[in-house]
Amino acid sequence: MDNNSVLDNLRVAFGESISLIGEPHGLLTVETSAASLIALLSHLKEDSTLGFNYLTDITAVHYPLQIGREYCVVYHLHNMYENLRIRVKVFLDKDHIHIPTATVLWNGANWMERETYDFYGVVFDGHPDLRRILNMDDLDVFPMRKEYPLEDPNRVDKKDFYFGR
Amino acid sequence: MSKTITKITPNKPVFIDNDPQDALVTLNIGPTHPATHGVFQNVVQIDGERIVSGVSTIGYIHRAFEKIAEHRPFYQITPLTDRLNYCSSPINNMGWHMTVEKLLEIEIPKRVQYMRVIVMELARIADHIICNGILGVDTGAFSGFLYVMQEREFIYEIFEEICGARLTTNIGRIGGFERDFNAIAFQKIEAFLERFPPVLKEFEELFVRNRIFIERTSGVAAVTPEEALSYSWSGPILRATGVDYDVRVVSPYCSYEEFDFDVPVGTTGDVYDRFMVRNAEMWQSLRIIEQALRKIEKEPVGVFHADVPAFYLPPKEQVYTNMEALIYHFKIVMGEWETPQSEVYHSVEGANGELGFYLIHDGGRSPYRLHFRRPSFVNYQMFAPMSSGMLLSDAIINMSSLNVIAGELDA
Repeated sequence: MDNNSVLDNLRVAFGESISLIGEPHGLLTVETSAASLIALLSHLKEDSTLGFNYLTDITAVHYPLQIGREYCVVYHLHNMYENLRIRVKVFLDKDHIHIPTATVLWNGANWMERETYDFYGVVFDGHPDLRRILNMDDLDVFPMRKEYPLEDPNRVDKKDFYFGR
Repeated sequence: MSKTITKITPNKPVFIDNDPQDALVTLNIGPTHPATHGVFQNVVQIDGERIVSGVSTIGYIHRAFEKIAEHRPFYQITPLTDRLNYCSSPINNMGWHMTVEKLLEIEIPKRVQYMRVIVMELARIADHIICNGILGVDTGAFSGFLYVMQEREFIYEIFEEICGARLTTNIGRIGGFERDFNAIAFQKIEAFLERFPPVLKEFEELFVRNRIFIERTSGVAAVTPEEALSYSWSGPILRATGVDYDVRVVSPYCSYEEFDFDVPVGTTGDVYDRFMVRNAEMWQSLRIIEQALRKIEKEPVGVFHADVPAFYLPPKEQVYTNMEALIYHFKIVMGEWETPQSEVYHSVEGANGELGFYLIHDGGRSPYRLHFRRPSFVNYQMFAPMSSGMLLSDAIINMSSLNVIAGELDA
């Protein structure tokens, strides 16, 4: 099994609702919509010829300049039998950052989704316990978004004259 | 019956659900409880000695590495990776270098790859020593820990000889190493191969057939392979359940495919199996280091980095005399190198499992997005669910056998 046969299989099963992004460094990357995500993931997991049984990672990326596609949730799956990986991307609008949860397929998705929510504010519908995980509970921003600066740009305590320069 | 735990306030102990009329008691284990390894908090409800339910709170040493990484050039991200799993920093460093090299499509000379293998396997041994030693301490056997701790010191001396640092090593550079291993480093590695096997053997003899240790660990926190895979476990704890998934074998990097070593697996996935798998992995690591030393001898002497002047800093004396070197030095330090727009996922077999780096690069000075797939974070999430029904003291040794490192857990 290789990337092409995986892609053919997905094209037969899902037709228009998936599209190929590319194969950067040999890792097949497909895009799908939030509506067909769970169907796609469970097909990838349970189809006898695909067998992507292992959820490696869930994370998100923020693209503030892509209007209507500001948030990208990225899933890495791994077929351990034949050592093949696949990357699934879902782009979301900033006005509706909702995506169904993958905890119905993998228990391990729980914390990965919580982390993604914590840092990007992506709401995983149906998640059993969607709380912040690494940041404090009363934080009112999603710190990994690009508009959130690394440091407060207005802070003055690093101005040169405080150091006699 | 007791109320369920409704609200976890991470900075305060939770006592609100603690009704004195209840049969169940809410107990805060941690933060900074002496029996937890680092800053972890677990709020558990106990019925006598038995845990009924629990919730983990993490994030006490979150340091926003992913955010910081978006503002730094590649070579300044290496020190951040040190502080993930600080018991085996070199593996993190090498994983990051290899991720960038994959992005830049740099070919690494064989000698450098073998040098990396040596460093990574030494780090794996150092990490497993900590985990198994502490597991012994938690079950009440302190002396084994002291024997192997000396050897960990010796490994740190080797790291010191190679890169000057001991714990947070920042070892290697993108494209290779900052300098060649000196003669003393090679001598010390050889010496380590001489002196470590008897110590490890003694350590094993203290535990492996020890009745108290077996009764304390065997059958505790047994995990089936299905559960482990569903929770995305990786590393020694997954192999202890019987799944032979090892990134070094499945997706070899650094020429691991040329090495002859076994992947030890367990059968029941309990604490005893995890202990045995880690011990067996140390023997395999010794085998790998031995082979790597023999392979290095056949390679041209003095090669310690790839020939990529656009990405690897030139020697300092050339910067002062050679125009080309000055230009490259300036470009590299200022992050003005030409890099492809791409995205890379690269994973290495860290001491705790699959350590992945997901790098999205837009061609700029620093990564557009860098995500660490941290094995401790993924492995630890099963801790609270699997603790239900377990004795409190069993949960403590379960935690030490998971080898959760707070730095890697909280990024």
